[in-house]
Amino acid sequence: MPIPTPFHDRTASLCISHRWTDWAGYCAVCSYNLPNDSEYYALRHAAGLIDISPLFKYEVTGPDAAAFLSHIMTKNIEDIPGGRAVYCCWCDDFGKIIDDGTVFRLDKDRLRVHTAEPMLAWFKQFKRGFNVTLEDMTAKIAAVAIQGPTSRKILRQITDVDLDALAYYRVLTAQLDKLPVLISRTGYTGDLGYEIWVENAAALSLWDALMSAGKPYLLQPVGLDVLDIARIEAGLMLNGVEFHNAAHCLVELQKSTPFELGLDWTVDLEREPFCGQRALSAEQAAGSRFAFVGLELDWDEQQALYAKHGLPVQFNPGAWRSGVPVYNNDGSRQIGKATSGTWSPIVKKNLALASVKTRYAQTGTVLKIEYTVEYRRETVSAVVAPMPFYNPEHKKT
Amino acid sequence: MSQVTQIAQPFNSHIPTESYDAIVVGGGHNGLVCAAYLAKAGKKVLVLESRHILGGAAASDEIFPGFTFSVYSYVVSLFRTHIVRELDLTRHGYQVIPLECTFTPFPDGESMTRCGDPEATRREIARFSPTDAEVAPRFSLAMTQMASFIKHLIDSPAPDLTALRISEVTKLLGLGRRFKALADGNKYVFTKLMTMSAVEFLNLWFESDRLVGPMSVSGIIGTFLGVRSPGTAYVLLHHYMGEIDGAFRSWGFSKGGTGGVSLACARAARSFGADIRTQAAVEKIILRAGKATGVVVRGGHEIKSKTVISAVDAHQTFFKMIGAQHLDADFVHQLKRFKYRGSSAKVNLAVDRLPDFSCKPGDGPHLRGDITIAPGVEYLEKAYDDAKYGNFSERPFLDIVIPSLTDPTVAPPGKHVISIFVQYAPYHLKEGPEQWPAKREALGDTVVDTLAEYCPDIKDSILHRQVVTPWDLEQDVGLTEGNIFQGELSLEQLGPFRPVSGWSRYQTPIDHLWMCGSCVHPGGGIMGAPGELAAKTLLKS
Repeated sequence: MPIPTPFHDRTASLCISHRWTDWAGYCAVCSYNLPNDSEYYALRHAAGLIDISPLFKYEVTGPDAAAFLSHIMTKNIEDIPGGRAVYCCWCDDFGKIIDDGTVFRLDKDRLRVHTAEPMLAWFKQFKRGFNVTLEDMTAKIAAVAIQGPTSRKILRQITDVDLDALAYYRVLTAQLDKLPVLISRTGYTGDLGYEIWVENAAALSLWDALMSAGKPYLLQPVGLDVLDIARIEAGLMLNGVEFHNAAHCLVELQKSTPFELGLDWTVDLEREPFCGQRALSAEQAAGSRFAFVGLELDWDEQQALYAKHGLPVQFNPGAWRSGVPVYNNDGSRQIGKATSGTWSPIVKKNLALASVKTRYAQTGTVLKIEYTVEYRRETVSAVVAPMPFYNPEHKKT
Repeated sequence: MSQVTQIAQPFNSHIPTESYDAIVVGGGHNGLVCAAYLAKAGKKVLVLESRHILGGAAASDEIFPGFTFSVYSYVVSLFRTHIVRELDLTRHGYQVIPLECTFTPFPDGESMTRCGDPEATRREIARFSPTDAEVAPRFSLAMTQMASFIKHLIDSPAPDLTALRISEVTKLLGLGRRFKALADGNKYVFTKLMTMSAVEFLNLWFESDRLVGPMSVSGIIGTFLGVRSPGTAYVLLHHYMGEIDGAFRSWGFSKGGTGGVSLACARAARSFGADIRTQAAVEKIILRAGKATGVVVRGGHEIKSKTVISAVDAHQTFFKMIGAQHLDADFVHQLKRFKYRGSSAKVNLAVDRLPDFSCKPGDGPHLRGDITIAPGVEYLEKAYDDAKYGNFSERPFLDIVIPSLTDPTVAPPGKHVISIFVQYAPYHLKEGPEQWPAKREALGDTVVDTLAEYCPDIKDSILHRQVVTPWDLEQDVGLTEGNIFQGELSLEQLGPFRPVSGWSRYQTPIDHLWMCGSCVHPGGGIMGAPGELAAKTLLKS
């Protein structure tokens, strides 16, 4: 039975659709409204408020905190200066991904790690020899993401800190409406946005302050269904969908490596030993079998499939993550899988995230993706496209 | 405004001296779409817009500091989705935010909100008629089926009923096949749709006046007809053909106002190399031996071009820029009978708070869609009665949207823009159309008074009011008699008859002179189809 998050009193009264899901044991809103288009458009044109409290949060402190995390993560955390956030992943000894998340270097000896799955035991196994303390903060800290083009203007109403100086992937402590919070310029929507971390006791006051400051800027609470569309538009992967924790996989085929997921940029190989380093070095030398790509489905072919049945093109609202095969250009051989996808109302294309054999991963390569119309399995062309699919200038400015 | 200067230069800043493959007269959205397609095909294209902003009647302007109005047209739906893809308009800033619902307040304190949640809509309609509530989805289904049939007609040049060419016969046969594919019941429905009035047609389904009234107004928008006038049922369908992301009957706001669509088209045209100039009023289309060879821009500047494509209406093109003396008598005769008779106006308000409807107080989804003041058929008929005798309606039909509730770029935080489409405001006032400037504010007062019957505090919230009469549409945007569609969208003026029988294929009796505005098939609305089809036909020729 999922339990409420610290924001539940507010989210429950706003969730008039009563559509909830279980996110890591917490009640999480799928969509506040029915239909939920307004949540999507608020997120993309104004701002959305998303309860992300269920993320797992760990605080790592002590003189070896950065060295300890560097030993676990594929990224060299020791290189990260204070006040910075990084996205990274971590692997098992065989270079297979365990999870991904963000690491905040709050100060020299104090870091915070946010993960999709519980990682206390995984992290603990590396503690020997490091002078660190590891604390699970998950149940103590509430978190909310405020994302979208007007998010900065909203925060400005209730804080004196210089938000213009808070660059992309920076983090600082601040007072928001007199509440002590941590603000990170991070998010899962590929847009301008922030994540705000606060002690549980102050969660409801924070929510109220944000909603009230956000009203003139058209802030709306946004559920996970719309977040799923946004993260696909942003080309961001999801644990359990695009990849699976290697520690949970029954067979090798279900495991992935950071290189196969396009996370090369998070892998710093030339440094002190870290978990999975040897296998990742070998993979880098030999090349990866799979690559993570974005696909854009051919509109005319989709239209033609519907027309065969006398139908106009129809889309299911929201993102799918059921997984479908991806074939080579003539459809004769399966060369990968599309793990999730969505119709993008802002890009005006049907998009998918996929894992394909490396030689089919070049931008512009035309592949075929399974596409079902009126219970008939067909295929349509899908071109390998650069990601993010949606990448507004204001994301980083 | 600053966005316009990034895309287009004022004409006088650098007068073009070279000769072009094509000059597009008029920088409305259709002219810009046409220019984009021609430039994409490698043609050297110049767009000449007389005003300081682009978009024609699909333009956004900061009329009051901090408030951007979609000054004329106000919602987007019919814009062809394949144009968005072919011109890559999303990359150039095309963004449309769907309207959430339709809200109809009634004078007796009741209201009806129809939204995207089918069950909530059913419950809402059932408060007035349980039968209508059940029938409404069946009606929508029938309209969707007919819209998908008719959609093929608007996505290709109108069939030529007189030509015996194999291509024309094939096209007509194709149409016949699609008609045959309609469900049997719908064949009759479609036939009725072509001849009936909007009210009669809706009465085939619905019994409640509270539903028929507000639904019937789609049949009269932009026409000088009443909801009981024959032929208006078809216009109803025209308004069901809009699609956003594959869903029929969706209307939306363009981000930054409807000018956002035009600017996206302009950016696409620029990206393909088209040259776009503002403050370049074309006074004359130059003819040499009966062929168009260029244009004369105000100030006497002549610019040569192999082809001239007019995006302005037929009256402006042929009577102002060409002259009747250069045209066949029959062509002139038909042009003169092409009906404009603008019947609508626009009132734009900048307000310091949201309107508070006494029948449904406070903020809510009902304000985020289409708010229709059309409480019943009789109300609408009375409104039409006034217009028949040359007056604006004492109590007009109002179609209201508040784009600032979904688009934060059009008003300062916490403040709003209210866009009000008003019908009837006949161009032909009984005192004469030139009396409109003297009556402009009286119309504005009538509109605000009408709205105040439902939102008593509206008057106190108004920071600025802009009233656009049919006369203003003619004077400022060049729409003859203020018709928002460059000519009425009535059955006899559609398809092969638009604007003149035999000349619906974008070509004109003047060699090298083409048409690409809303006055040619498939007509008006922010659709882009005339511009696209004209360009494609020209490129094929």
